[in-house]
Amino acid sequence: MTQANNDLPTADAPMGTADAAGRRASLASAFLRFLPPESVICAPEELRPYETDGLSAFRRVPLVVVLPDTIEQVQRVLAICREQQVPVVARGAGTGLSGGAMPLDNGVLLGLAKFNRILDIDPVRRIARVQPGVRNLAISEAASPHGLYYAPDPSSQIACTIGGNVAENSGGVHCLKYGLTVHNVLELKMVTIDGELLTFGGECLDAPGYDLLALMSGSEGMLGVIVEVTVKLLPRPEVAILQMAAFDDIANAGAAVGGIIAAGIIPAGLEMMDELAIRCTEDFAHCGYPVGAAAILLCELDGTQEEVDEQMQRVRAVMESSGATSVHIAADEAERQRLWKGRKSAFPATGRLAPDYYCMDGTIPRKRLPEVLQRMSEMSAQYSLPVANVFHAGDGNLHPLILFDSNRPGEWKKTEEFGARILELCVEVGGTITGEHGVGVEKINQMCVQFQPLELAQFHAVKAAFDGDGLLNPGKAVPTLQRCAEYGAMHVHHADAPWPDLERF
Amino acid sequence: MELRDISADLAQVVEQASAERQPLVVVGGGTKGFYGRRVDGTALSVSGHRGITNYEATELVLSARAGTPLVEIESALAEHGQMLPFEPPRFGPTATLGGALACGLSGPARPYRGAARDFVLGTRVLNGRGESLRFGGEVMKNVAGYDVSRLMVGALGTLGIVLEASLKVLPRPAAEITLVRDEDPDAALTTMNALGGKPYPLTASAYDGERLYLRFSGARAAVDAAAARVGGERLSDADDWWRSVRDHTHPFFTGDAPLWRLSLPATAPLAEREGIGFVEWGGAQRWLRGERAAEAMWHQAQTVGGHATLYRGGDRTAGVFQPLPEAMAAIHRRLKRAFDPHGICNAHRLYAEW
Repeated sequence: MTQANNDLPTADAPMGTADAAGRRASLASAFLRFLPPESVICAPEELRPYETDGLSAFRRVPLVVVLPDTIEQVQRVLAICREQQVPVVARGAGTGLSGGAMPLDNGVLLGLAKFNRILDIDPVRRIARVQPGVRNLAISEAASPHGLYYAPDPSSQIACTIGGNVAENSGGVHCLKYGLTVHNVLELKMVTIDGELLTFGGECLDAPGYDLLALMSGSEGMLGVIVEVTVKLLPRPEVAILQMAAFDDIANAGAAVGGIIAAGIIPAGLEMMDELAIRCTEDFAHCGYPVGAAAILLCELDGTQEEVDEQMQRVRAVMESSGATSVHIAADEAERQRLWKGRKSAFPATGRLAPDYYCMDGTIPRKRLPEVLQRMSEMSAQYSLPVANVFHAGDGNLHPLILFDSNRPGEWKKTEEFGARILELCVEVGGTITGEHGVGVEKINQMCVQFQPLELAQFHAVKAAFDGDGLLNPGKAVPTLQRCAEYGAMHVHHADAPWPDLERF
Repeated sequence: MELRDISADLAQVVEQASAERQPLVVVGGGTKGFYGRRVDGTALSVSGHRGITNYEATELVLSARAGTPLVEIESALAEHGQMLPFEPPRFGPTATLGGALACGLSGPARPYRGAARDFVLGTRVLNGRGESLRFGGEVMKNVAGYDVSRLMVGALGTLGIVLEASLKVLPRPAAEITLVRDEDPDAALTTMNALGGKPYPLTASAYDGERLYLRFSGARAAVDAAAARVGGERLSDADDWWRSVRDHTHPFFTGDAPLWRLSLPATAPLAEREGIGFVEWGGAQRWLRGERAAEAMWHQAQTVGGHATLYRGGDRTAGVFQPLPEAMAAIHRRLKRAFDPHGICNAHRLYAEW
């Protein structure tokens, strides 16, 4: 990915070098009073690996990285940050795609990698209690001997951690049927910026007072630091089958999705890929996709044998009547896994076509798909940047992948602008700028397009109820009104001269 | 069906009440006035703000104004073979969408399909200053901004007034069967929890102290197969029976004796000393009748990791919800102020202090 560096919002202007060194030393000595030396990182060369998350276009070197391994240590870290009025950013595996865990150069990076223990798997109560640094997939693996699993499965599930999943309210390919992270978490333990340990939710199905469990989900580390998560485990479905249908017109594939749902069927997964994405993925994963098709749909049905048998016939009929040029049912579990492997490797596969790719994450009302694809393809021509599309079709979540070369001067800027236009198009058709990757630093300007000033002011008031000094992940997720005013002014400029930079490339 | 948008009038009333520090009591269909603490203030009716504003069956999304009666929404959904998956209780024919969300109540399918908050995609709300704000949207996945829409669910109107909401809806199952079996209390609880861990299409469970009721929903063949494997007598008027549980017209719930609701971990042992009462949600929701000391109920629920609510009847001037630990209470106070700085929206309905 690109190395380009961007002008980013931070709570304060970056400090001078002398100030930074002084503050770094004073913070480190405060942390070293209760953390072992290997858990306090402040040598510049050792800080480098922490300068970015999964959105590597955005980089900052933090003042100090701390790696506590007990809740009490997290409480003390936060109390010190509060006392010294130093911003603090929490980080799990650093796989996030919106820069939510990008450090601040005047702040502390609180790494939760050492919180990697599964505390309890209870097959009777069907819950898993885990530390936030446990990987998503590790929960399902640990539950598997009991015939249970944890449903949300973001594509990065092999690496991403449950704490980050909660912070971003992550989805995955199965969320139309099984819900997002918010639907699958029962209890959270969170440390506030005051160093206080709070519990939200519980093992029962609701809690007294406000639904703070829901508020925490997707709050991007702005309200507190998650130190323990209890999730719901589901029984593994008796059977799962996967159908793949090919189409020579992407609009027909869209119609098939509507037809399946109109038939009263909620597939466990319903994914669409366009021609370019199919081609790249097949080259990369050799999974048996029909190269040359305008679109494919992958439709997974799960449940009891009887349920799946009945639905499979109806889905096939819908695919055929919507104009599918072929419908193929995975012959066995190995083929089902292979077909999914293609979809799950779509990002890196597409990335082989160009030195860099930039993944977008808008959601649209599904019926607007043909129009959105058409306009994206026009923009693609305007910016001279190819786009491959993978799409959580069941729930309208688009992942356009813009292909570019960061070594070409100005190309990242152009890519970023193209991405911004795609997100603004999603808002225009009644959708949202982010379905599951979060706002982070990446989409902070588009928040100004999605929300009105009074709504942003209400978000700031919510944050202030938890973090009055604005020390937790400042500058992320919710833009200041001033920033939006500036972005609005820039937009007027764009309207005058749509692509002012183009002649430079 | 009547379609009316009175949001501008409502905003003006709230803005003025805010300026005059005049507390408002939000009223929809007037069917859940019994729930929460008794409060005083000027009644503000939102029932005139009604109508379904958007329904896309193939997008699985319905949006409606808060005053829209649930019956109207459910009949529109039924025309397309769809439903509100959380089965909101209807304590009268006038119950509205706004009331269902403000109270955050869910019916028998709750443990299997999800709660009211799980299906809320977006809202338009009036905060305590009378500002009209939109959060979330009409799409399934949306993580832009804090999830204020879900926060509104169950807040009893204390953070503002829901004007309009967008919900995820689901297809109605093709077939449904309810099985009834005689079980003793411990066996009933064990069965409910064991079935919850198996891939059966279970969508409701209840125990009345003698009989265990299990509902299975899905494709015809799937439901028949599950029924054959699980075993039990088929209940003939099952829809009516589950409705009576949902809407509290079942004999257990009628009469004037105070009704307590216990929300507990599903496997928490049944406390024989208190009587079995009525058990739902695979063991996670339990009902008891009669005068009981609130402190003792809260203590008992907390001991097993749950909470208790004086749901209906009894002394409604005291606390009816489980008291919050101080650190949580402080966050609640600050959130209340963030949305309703002058404390005019359903003040004291949730907790006495604010």
